Amino acid sequence: MSLNKQGRPTQAGDAGDSFRPTTFTGNRALDMEEPLIFEFGRLDYTGVDLDEPDSFESELGGHERKTEIGLAGLAEPEAMRHYVRLSRNNYAIDSGLYPLGSCTMKHNPRLNEKMARLPGFGDIHPLQPASTVPGALELIDELAHWLMVTTGTSAVAMSPKAGAHGELCGMMAIKAAHTAKGRKPEIVLVPESAHGTNPATAALLGYKVVSIGAKDDSTVDLGALKETIAKHDGNIAGIMLTNPNTCGLFERDIMEIADLIHDAGGYFYCDGANFNAIVGKARPGDLGVDAMHINLHKTFSTPHGGGGPGSGPVVLSDRLAPYAPLPFIRKTDAGLELVETEDQTTDGEQPFGRMTAFHGQMGMYVRALSYMMSHGSDGLRQASEDAVLNANYVRVGLQDIMTLPFGENPCMHEVLFDDSFLKDTGVTTLDFAKAMIDEGYHPMTMYFPLVVHGAMLIEPTESESRAALDLFVATMRDLVMSAKRGETKRFEGAPYLAPRRRLDETGAARKPVLKWTEPAPAEVTPVAAE
Amino acid sequence: MRYLPLTDTDRADMLAKVGVDSIDDLFADIPEKVRLKDPVDLPKRASEMQVECQLSSMAAKNTPASSVPFFVGAGAYKHYVPATVDHLIQRSEFLTSYTPYQPEITQGTLQYLFEFQTQVASVTNMDVANASMYDGSTGTGEAVLMAHRVTKRKKAVLSGGLHPQYREVVEGLSNMADDQVVSLPADPTGTEDILSQIDDETSCVVVQSPSFYGQIIDLKPIAEKAHEKGALLIAVFTEVVSLGLIEAPGTQGADIVVGEGQSIGNGLNFGGPYVGLFATRQKYVRQMPGRLCGETVDAEGKRGFVLTLSTREQHIRRDKATSNICTNSGLCCLAFTIHMSLLGQTGLSKLARINHANAVSLKKQLAAVPGVEVLNKAYFNEFTVKLPKPANDVVEALAAKGILAGVPVSRLEPGKASLENLLVVAATEVNTDEDRAAFAAALKEVLA
Repeated sequence: MSLNKQGRPTQAGDAGDSFRPTTFTGNRALDMEEPLIFEFGRLDYTGVDLDEPDSFESELGGHERKTEIGLAGLAEPEAMRHYVRLSRNNYAIDSGLYPLGSCTMKHNPRLNEKMARLPGFGDIHPLQPASTVPGALELIDELAHWLMVTTGTSAVAMSPKAGAHGELCGMMAIKAAHTAKGRKPEIVLVPESAHGTNPATAALLGYKVVSIGAKDDSTVDLGALKETIAKHDGNIAGIMLTNPNTCGLFERDIMEIADLIHDAGGYFYCDGANFNAIVGKARPGDLGVDAMHINLHKTFSTPHGGGGPGSGPVVLSDRLAPYAPLPFIRKTDAGLELVETEDQTTDGEQPFGRMTAFHGQMGMYVRALSYMMSHGSDGLRQASEDAVLNANYVRVGLQDIMTLPFGENPCMHEVLFDDSFLKDTGVTTLDFAKAMIDEGYHPMTMYFPLVVHGAMLIEPTESESRAALDLFVATMRDLVMSAKRGETKRFEGAPYLAPRRRLDETGAARKPVLKWTEPAPAEVTPVAAE
Repeated sequence: MRYLPLTDTDRADMLAKVGVDSIDDLFADIPEKVRLKDPVDLPKRASEMQVECQLSSMAAKNTPASSVPFFVGAGAYKHYVPATVDHLIQRSEFLTSYTPYQPEITQGTLQYLFEFQTQVASVTNMDVANASMYDGSTGTGEAVLMAHRVTKRKKAVLSGGLHPQYREVVEGLSNMADDQVVSLPADPTGTEDILSQIDDETSCVVVQSPSFYGQIIDLKPIAEKAHEKGALLIAVFTEVVSLGLIEAPGTQGADIVVGEGQSIGNGLNFGGPYVGLFATRQKYVRQMPGRLCGETVDAEGKRGFVLTLSTREQHIRRDKATSNICTNSGLCCLAFTIHMSLLGQTGLSKLARINHANAVSLKKQLAAVPGVEVLNKAYFNEFTVKLPKPANDVVEALAAKGILAGVPVSRLEPGKASLENLLVVAATEVNTDEDRAAFAAALKEVLA
C-alpha cells in the first residue's frame, strides 16, 4: 500500500490489506471486551455520596446483618463506561431492521419516554390518597377508553403485567364465569400453531389442553373443530386462538368459530399478540371475542427493554365484564373512583380476585396512550395498513426464491417462510439466520410456529421505509442465492463479525453457571520490558 | 404521520408490486360485515406538542412524592435514584432491544442479567437468582406454585404479616388452581403463632420480613419447623434496601426468597413497572420459574452469556412448563443493576443505615404526639402506628395540609375494626428533619 507523506493511503481502495492484529486487550477498536462489574469494582468503595447518619440507637431488635453482602461498588465514570460498552454489544430497533415475527419490533417514540417521566406520572405512589392522583385515574380511564373503542368491547382489565399475565387474567375471568354458573368444564381448545404461553396458561389453571386441527393453510379446520366439540360435549371451557394466527393469516371462519364455542357453553379467548395487524380495520368484539389481551409493548409500541417490562391489559365482552379483577376504575357522577377491594364493589361486580399488587404498569399506560394519541384513529389504521403492506412487499420480493408453506397468497403483518428452499444446500435455518447477523440484520423468528418445518417468520412492521425494505429484500436474496450456490462457509460458522461467535448453549445448560463467584487468585504475569 | 415513513407514492407502487388494486384487498379475509369502512370513533392524529400538552395537564393534577413531605410505603418506596441510572437505561441499545434470543448480538443485555442475578443472590444470600419477575407480588404467587412442584403438596400457609395484596394474588391463583391456602389473620406486631400451622401437608409457609406492618421477623425458627415437616420457607420482602442492614433470608434458612426490587433504581410509577427478585437453593433451580442467564463460551473460546435451562419454559414445554411466564422485567432489572453497582455493599449498607436512622427519628417524633402508639419493637424503615381515630380520615386531613403521611391499613384491609386506626408509615433517605417535624406537628393538629 503506498502512502503519502502524512502516512495516508494515496488512493481510495488502496488499503486492501487483510491483516488483523491480535490485540493485547482483546478489543477491536470500538468493539470492547468488558469484564463483569465484580471483577473491577472494590468492596470498600461506593459511587453514591451519602452522609453517615448521626449516631442513633438501632431498633432492629437484634436482627443486624452479619453475612457479608459481597458486592463491589463502582465510581460513576466507571459505571457509565461499563454500561455504555455493554450497550454497544446489543442489536436494537433504533440501530437496524428487527424483523422478529410475532414480536413486533416497531419504532419506540421518545415522546412517550418523556411523558412517562413527568413527575405527575413517574413520581406518584400507588397508595397515596386517591384524592391526590386524579390525573392518574384520568389517564388510566382514557387509555381504557381508547382500548375499548379500538377493540369494540365494553370493559378492560388493566392490571396484567405482560401478555402471558393477560392470558392468565382472561382465562381466570373465564373460569370465574363458569364457576358463577355452577359449571366445571375441564377442557380448553388450543391450536397447534399457538404461542407456548397459551397451553401453559390453561394448564396453570388446571385445564386439560386439547389440540384442534388445522387446514392445509394453517387456519382452524371448522369440521375438525365441530368434531372435537361434539366429542367433549358439555366439557368445553373455551378456546384460545390467536388472530391473525401465528402463521400471519387471518382466521376467515372466526365468527363461525366464536358461534360454535358459544353454543358449546364456552368462551372465546383471543391471543391479541397480533392485534397490530388489524387495529382500525376490524374490532375483536365484533368477531365474537370474549377476552383478548393487548400487548402494549407490541401493538402500542412501549419499548421491549431487552425483555420487559411489558403490559397486557385484557379487553372483555359483556359476558365476562362482571368478573374483571381488582382494581378497576368506576365512573360515577362525582368523577372517577378507584375500586381496590371487594368491599367497594356494587351489584353486578364480581371480581375474581387480583392479578398483582397495586394498579398495573402505569409507566407503560402513559407511553401507550401517548402513542395512540399521536397516531389518532386515522394514524392507527394507517399503521396497520402499512404493516400489512410492508409484510406483503417483503413476501413478493422473496417468494420466488424462498418457500411459502401455504402458497403465494396475501399475508397480514408478517410473512411465514419454511426452510424447504434450503433443502440440499447444507445450510440450516439456524445457519441462515446467523448469516443475517453478519449482514447487519437481526434474524427473523425461527422455528416458530411449530406447525411449519424450519419456520422463518418475518415481521417488518410499519416503521420501515421502502428503501429499507428494498435493501433487506436484496440482502435476503443474496443470502439465498449464496446458499443455493453451495457457499456453505458463509453460513456454517456465522456470525463471523458479531461481538461473539456462536455460543455454546448446550454446555451452558449442562453445567449451569448462573452467577459470578470469586475465582481462586491467579498469578499475573506482567509484560516484561525488553 | 411522523412515525410512518411510507409516502402515498410508495404505497401505490408497493401495492402494484404486490399485485393488488387497493390496500383493502390485503384485508379481504376479514368478514365483510365486520370490516371497518372508516377509522374508529376516536380523535385524529396529534402533533408531539399537542400530545405533550394534553398529557402534561393530566400529570399536573397529581401530587408527586418529591413535592411534599412524603411517608408512603407499604410495598413501594420513594428513594433517590442517581441520574446515571435513567440516562443509561434510555440508551437505545438497551431500551429498544428484544429478549436476547440471538446471544451473539445481545451480549449487553445478557451480561447485565448475569450481573443482576449475581447481585440478587448476594443480597439475599441464596445460591441462585433468576433474571427477574414482573414484581414482588406476582413473584410470590410463582414461588408458591414452585413450592408445590418441589414438595408435591398443595397447601400454602400465609403469614398475617404478608402484604394484603400479595396475599390476594396468591389466594387468587391458588383458588383457581384448586390449591389450598391458609391465610392467618393480620399480624401488626409479629406475634402470631405460625409454627403450629405448619403440618405434614404444608407445602410452604410464606413470611414477609420486614412485614407489611414493618415488623422484622425472626425467620430461623420458622425455617426449622418448616424443614422438619418437609415444607419450604418462602421469605418475602418489599423493601430490598432493608437487606443492607438486616440479616439475609438465605442465612436464616429460607428456601425461596422473593421480593420487590423497585427501591433500587426504579421510580414509584404509580405501582409499575417494578422488578420482582426471585432466588432459591441450587437444588431447586430446575423448578424455578422465569428466565435464567448463564455463562458459557463462544466458538473462539471467549466468555459469553446465554439464556439457559429454557427446557423449563413455556415456549419449549408448553402445557408442562414451570410457568406461563414469557417476559421478565428487563429494563427495570437494568436500572436495579446499575444503581446497585454504584452503591456496592458499602453504599447499600450506608443507605440502609440512613433509612433506619430516619425511621427511628420519625418514630420518636410520632410517638410523642398524644394518642399515638407505635406498635413495632423491631423495624427497619417502616412501622405501624395506632391512632385514636380512623387512619383513613387522618391521612386525608394530612393530605389536605400537604403531607402524604402513609397508608391506612383499612385501605387494603377494609371492614376490620381492629385495623381501622392503624397507619403504616415509611421513612427513607429523602425525608428531611423539616419533613418529619412537619408531619408530627400536623398530626398533632389533626388529632387534637
